[in-house]
Amino acid sequence: MSVDILVASGITKRFDGFAALTDVDFILRKGERIGLIGPNGSGKSTLVNCLTGILTPDSGSITFDGDDITATAAWVRAKHGLARTYQIPRPFRGMSVQQNIEVPLRFAVGHTSARTIGDAARVILDQVGLAGKAGLSPKALTQVELRKLELGRALAAQPKVLIADEVMAGLSDSEVDDILALLTRLNAEGISIMLIEHIMRAVMIFSQRIVVIVAGCKIADGLPDDVMQRDEVERAYLGE
Amino acid sequence: MSAQTAYEPRKSTLVPARLRSGAAIALVGTILVAATMLFGSGVSEYYYLAAYSILQFIVLGTAWNILGGYGGYVNFGTAGFFAAGCYTTIVLNKLFQLPLLVDMSAAAAIAGLMGFGTGYLTLRLRGVFFSIATLAMAIVLQTVVINWSFVGGGRGVYVVRPEISGLFASYAHLLVTLMIALATCAVLAAWAVEKSWIGIGLAAIRDNETAAETSAVPSLRLKLIAATMSGALMGMAGAPFPYYVSYVDPATAFSLAIAVNSIAMPLVGGTATWWGPVVGAILLGSVQQILTVTISSAANLFIVGVLLVVFLTAAPRGVVGVVRAWKRGRP
Repeated sequence: MSVDILVASGITKRFDGFAALTDVDFILRKGERIGLIGPNGSGKSTLVNCLTGILTPDSGSITFDGDDITATAAWVRAKHGLARTYQIPRPFRGMSVQQNIEVPLRFAVGHTSARTIGDAARVILDQVGLAGKAGLSPKALTQVELRKLELGRALAAQPKVLIADEVMAGLSDSEVDDILALLTRLNAEGISIMLIEHIMRAVMIFSQRIVVIVAGCKIADGLPDDVMQRDEVERAYLGE
Repeated sequence: MSAQTAYEPRKSTLVPARLRSGAAIALVGTILVAATMLFGSGVSEYYYLAAYSILQFIVLGTAWNILGGYGGYVNFGTAGFFAAGCYTTIVLNKLFQLPLLVDMSAAAAIAGLMGFGTGYLTLRLRGVFFSIATLAMAIVLQTVVINWSFVGGGRGVYVVRPEISGLFASYAHLLVTLMIALATCAVLAAWAVEKSWIGIGLAAIRDNETAAETSAVPSLRLKLIAATMSGALMGMAGAPFPYYVSYVDPATAFSLAIAVNSIAMPLVGGTATWWGPVVGAILLGSVQQILTVTISSAANLFIVGVLLVVFLTAAPRGVVGVVRAWKRGRP
C-alpha cells in the first residue's frame, strides 16, 4: 500500500466531553492534492493537530509513509517529512525572517554549514515572495507576509506531505493565484498537499479530491464537483 | 540587495569569527588566572572577598541564562541548586576531607541531576507555572536541610578550611583563582551553547515552542541539555562557598538574594548573548560591593531592585540591547 502516504483511521478526539472529532478516516495518497473543508469549528484544525502530533487522539491510528506515527513526537514527524503551516501564524519573533526559515533547514533537513543554510533559505524566501524581507523582524511583516513565512518555513523542511492551513486567507486574487501556482509546482515535484481553505475558488481549482468535515464527522469525500453537489454538503454550508 | 546587506552582519557567525569570541574568553580567563597566581599574594583579603562574590554571580547569572535567557524558562530556584552545591561540599567535608575540585565535581553531578529533573518539569509546566515550581523546589529542599542535623540543620555548620599548597598565599587567594577558572568555563560553555545548534533550537523554543516542534526542533532534548548544564554550573558555583564563608546555615545558602541576583544580572546585562550576564554581574556585583562598604549591606537588594526596574522600563534588552542599538545607529 505504498501509494498511501498519510492514513488516519478512526480518529476521535474529545475536549472535556466535547467531541471535536468522531471516528474520522482519512487518506492522502502519494503525489495527491486534496482539499479539506468544513465550517468554522468543524474540527479541521483539530484533525491537522492530531496528524502532526500537536495533539494526541483519544483513539484511532495514524500512519505516515508506512510507519505508525500515532505516538510519535511532533518534531520526529516533521523531520520525517510531515510539514504544516499554522492558521494563526507562529513566527519566531526574536529572529529575522531568514533565520526563521533556517530553523527547519538546520533541524529537519540536517544542514550544518552556515553557507548552505543561508543559500537554501534565500531560495525558499524567493519562492514564497519574501526575498526583500530576509533581514527584517517578523514583527515588521503584514498578516499576509506572515502567512507566506509560515509556508516558507514548512517548505524549508523539505516535506513529503505539506498541510497548508489557510495560507491564503487575506490574500488578493492574484496573490492567491501565485500561491496556488507555487503549491501546484511543489505538487508536481512530488509533494502531497492537503489544503485547508475557505476560499472555495482556490479549493475547487487546486483539489483532485475534497474531504468535508462537519461537527467533527467526515460527511463527504470524493471528486470536487460531486462532493459540492451533495445535499448534506450544501446544507452544512448554506443551511436548510 | 538591501536584504542581503542587512543579512551580512549575521554572517559573522561563520567559523573564524565564531572561534574568535571563544578564544578571547579563554585567553582573558587564562591571563586573569595567571595574573592572580603570580601577583595575587600581596593583595588585601577584602578585594578577594569582593572579587569572589562578583565571580560567583558571573557563574550563577551565566548558568541561569542558559535555560532562562536562551530557552525562555525562568528559573526562580537558583538558590536551591546553589545550596545543593554548598551542602554537597559540607557532607563530603564531614565524611572524607576531599580536594575541593572533587567536591565541585560531585556538586556538578548532583545539581546537574536536579537540573535534569527540572528539565522534565517543562513537559507540563510553562511560563509562570514553571517558575513557581522551581521556587517551590528550592523551598522544599531548604526544609529538608533545616531538618537534617548531620549538616547542622537550621543552626548551620562550621567548615574547616583545608591546608593550602605553597602556590597560594591564602585560602582566599586559592578560592578567587579557582572562581576565575570556573567563571571562564561557565562563560565558554554558555558561548558554545549560544553559537551551536542547541542555542538556535533554544531560541526557537523561547519564541514559540509549538512552532519549534513543527520545525523539527527536539524541544524536550534541548531543554534537558540546557537545564542540566544550568543546574550543574549553579551547583559548582555553590561548592566552594562553605570554604569562602567558613560557616553556612540554610538561610544563607538558600538566600533569596541569590535567586534574585541570578535573574537580575542577566536581565540588566541582556539575556540574548553570553556576555550579557557577565556585564550584568560585574555591574550589579560591583555596585553592591561599593554600597556595602560606603552605605550599608542592607542597601544591597534595594539597589538591585531599583536597577532592575530602571532597566526593564528603559532598556528591556539590557546593556546588550543598548550597545546593539548604538552600533546600528552608527553610519
